[in-house]
Amino acid sequence: MFITPAIIQTAFEVGLIYSLVALSLYLSFTILNLCDLSTDGCYTLGCAVSAMITIAGHPVLALFAAVAAGICSGFVTAFLQTRLGIESILAGIIVNTGLYTINLMVMGLSSNVSIFNVDTAFTLFRSLNASDFWINWHKLILIALIAVIMCVLMYLFLGTRLGLSIRATGDNDSMVKSSSINPAFTITVGLCVSNACTGLAGGLIGQYNKSCDINLGTGMVTIALASLVIGETLLGKGSVKKGIIGVLVGSCLYRFIVAIALRMNVPTEAFKLVSAIIVAVAIAAPKIKEYIALRRTKAQILAEHKAENQKIMKGGN
Amino acid sequence: MLKLTNVHKTFHIGTVNEKKALQGLNLELKNGDFATIIGSNGAGKSTMFNAIAGGFFVEKGCIELDGEDITFVPDFKKAKYIGYLFQDPMKGTAPHMTIEENLAVAYLRASTKSNQFFSRISKKDKEMFREHLSLLGMDLENRMKNPVGLLSGGQRQALTLLMATIVTPKILLLDEHTAALDPATAEKVLDLTKSIIKERNLTCLMITHNMNQALELGNRTLMMDSGRIVLDVSGEERDQMTVEDLLQKFSIGAGQEFDNDRILLSTAKEK
Repeated sequence: MFITPAIIQTAFEVGLIYSLVALSLYLSFTILNLCDLSTDGCYTLGCAVSAMITIAGHPVLALFAAVAAGICSGFVTAFLQTRLGIESILAGIIVNTGLYTINLMVMGLSSNVSIFNVDTAFTLFRSLNASDFWINWHKLILIALIAVIMCVLMYLFLGTRLGLSIRATGDNDSMVKSSSINPAFTITVGLCVSNACTGLAGGLIGQYNKSCDINLGTGMVTIALASLVIGETLLGKGSVKKGIIGVLVGSCLYRFIVAIALRMNVPTEAFKLVSAIIVAVAIAAPKIKEYIALRRTKAQILAEHKAENQKIMKGGN
Repeated sequence: MLKLTNVHKTFHIGTVNEKKALQGLNLELKNGDFATIIGSNGAGKSTMFNAIAGGFFVEKGCIELDGEDITFVPDFKKAKYIGYLFQDPMKGTAPHMTIEENLAVAYLRASTKSNQFFSRISKKDKEMFREHLSLLGMDLENRMKNPVGLLSGGQRQALTLLMATIVTPKILLLDEHTAALDPATAEKVLDLTKSIIKERNLTCLMITHNMNQALELGNRTLMMDSGRIVLDVSGEERDQMTVEDLLQKFSIGAGQEFDNDRILLSTAKEK
C-alpha cells in the first residue's frame, strides 16, 4: 500500500508537535506582526534542555524546563527589540546565533545526545495501560492532548484583556499606547508566550526521537510558516478561533505532504529542497489561484468581444 | 489645570534640517476650558499636542497637569488621563479587532490593578459598551462583533472619540479630528464631540482649520505662530470677533500674512 496507517500515524504525531511551533508563530508573526527568527534556536534549546533533564531522570519536569527555557529565549529577543531598539528580524537572528553556543553548552559541548535506558514522558504515559490499543496509540494521544490543551489555552489567553492588548499591539500600536498600555510590555509578554510554545515543541520532539541534535531546529521557522500559511489558505483569515484551528490543520497537512514526498522515494539529501518547494507552493497558492481566475475571466471577456465584433462586421456587410 | 511654561522643542538638532518647532511656548488652561487653536502650517500646533501627550520629550520647559509635573512621563502612562484624537481615522482603532474588543482595550485605562489583565470582557462591560455606542446614533450597538476595519471613516472616528472618553480624561486633545471626513459626517462627529464635552464638562484643546469653528466652539481661541501662542482671546472680546478680525489680528501678531491655505480656502468658500 502506498500510504500505510503507520505513516499516517507518524505524520499526525510529528504534525501535532510541529503545530506547537506553528502556534508560536501564529502569535508572533500573525498576531504581533513581528518576524521572530529565533524559532530555530529556541526549538533546539527546548529539545536540548528536555533531553538533558530526561537523561537525569525527570521527563515531566523536562517538559516544563523546556517551556521555561523558551520563555527566557523569548524574553531576550523581546528585550533586544523593545528596550535596545534592535529591529525585530535582527533581534531574532542575533538570539538564534547566540543560542547555537548555548545549546552546545546545554548538551555538554557535544553536538548530539541520545536518551536511552531512561523513562521519557511517552514511556511513563504508556505504562498507564497495558492494552494493545494503548501501546500503539499512546504517543499520538499524549501529543494530541498537549497540542489541544495548548491551543485551548492560547485561545483563552487571547480573549483576556492582556491577550486583547497583545492583539491590538500587532494591529495598531498607537491605539495601544493611547489605551495606556506599554507596547514594549505586550511585545515582551507575547514573545515569551510564543517562545514557550516553541520550547515545549522542542522538548516533546527530543523525548519523541529519544535524541537531540544541534542542527535539529534548522529550517523550523520555514516549516512552521508553511503550516501557518496552509492553515490560513484553507480556513481563511479571520477570527482567532479560525486561526488556531488553521494552525493544527496546517501542520498535520504539511506532514502528510512531506510523508507522501518521502514515499515517492525522494532521497534524504534532497529533503530540505523538497520542504522549501512545498513551502513556496503553499505560500504562492492563493496568488496562483487568483492569477488563473483572472486569466479565465480575461479569456472569456475577449471571446465575448470577438463574438460581438464579428456580429457587427457581419451586420455591416 | 494644564500649564505649559517656556516649552522648547527643536527637530533634527545640528543638521541642515533643524526646525525650531516650539520656542518658549506658554499656555495655561483652566478646568473646563474648551480652547480652539488655529495657526499657519508648521506653526507648532501638532507639536504642542505631541509635547503634552508625550510623543517625544521637550528640550526645555515644564508641562504640568493638575499640579503634577508630566514633562518626562512616557506617553502610554499619560494616556491614562489624556484623550487624544488624530486627524487620521485609521490611527485610533485596531482594524482587525471587533468594536467590542476595541472598546475593551480602551476601557483598560479604567483599571488600576494589574489583576485586570487576565479578566475577560464581562456581560456588564458589554452592556455598558452598548449603552455608550447607542449614544453615537450610528447603529454601532448592533454591530459590536464586527471588525472595526469594516466601518466607514466617520464611524471609526466616532468610535475613537468614544474610546478616548469612555474613561473620562482630564484633558481631551483633538487634532483636526474631523478634517478627513466628508462635510455631513464631519458635522455629525463634531456634534458628538460638543455634546460629550458639554456633558462631562471636559477640558479640551482642539486644532481646527475652520475660522468660524474656531470662534464658535468653546470659550477660548488661541492662535499659534512659529512655536508660540500669538493670540489668546476669550470672553466678550471673542464673542464680538469676526473671521476678518481674526485674520487681521494674526498678521499683527505674527508680523506676516496668514499662510494656511486650507484655512484661507475654507474662509473664502464661506464668504
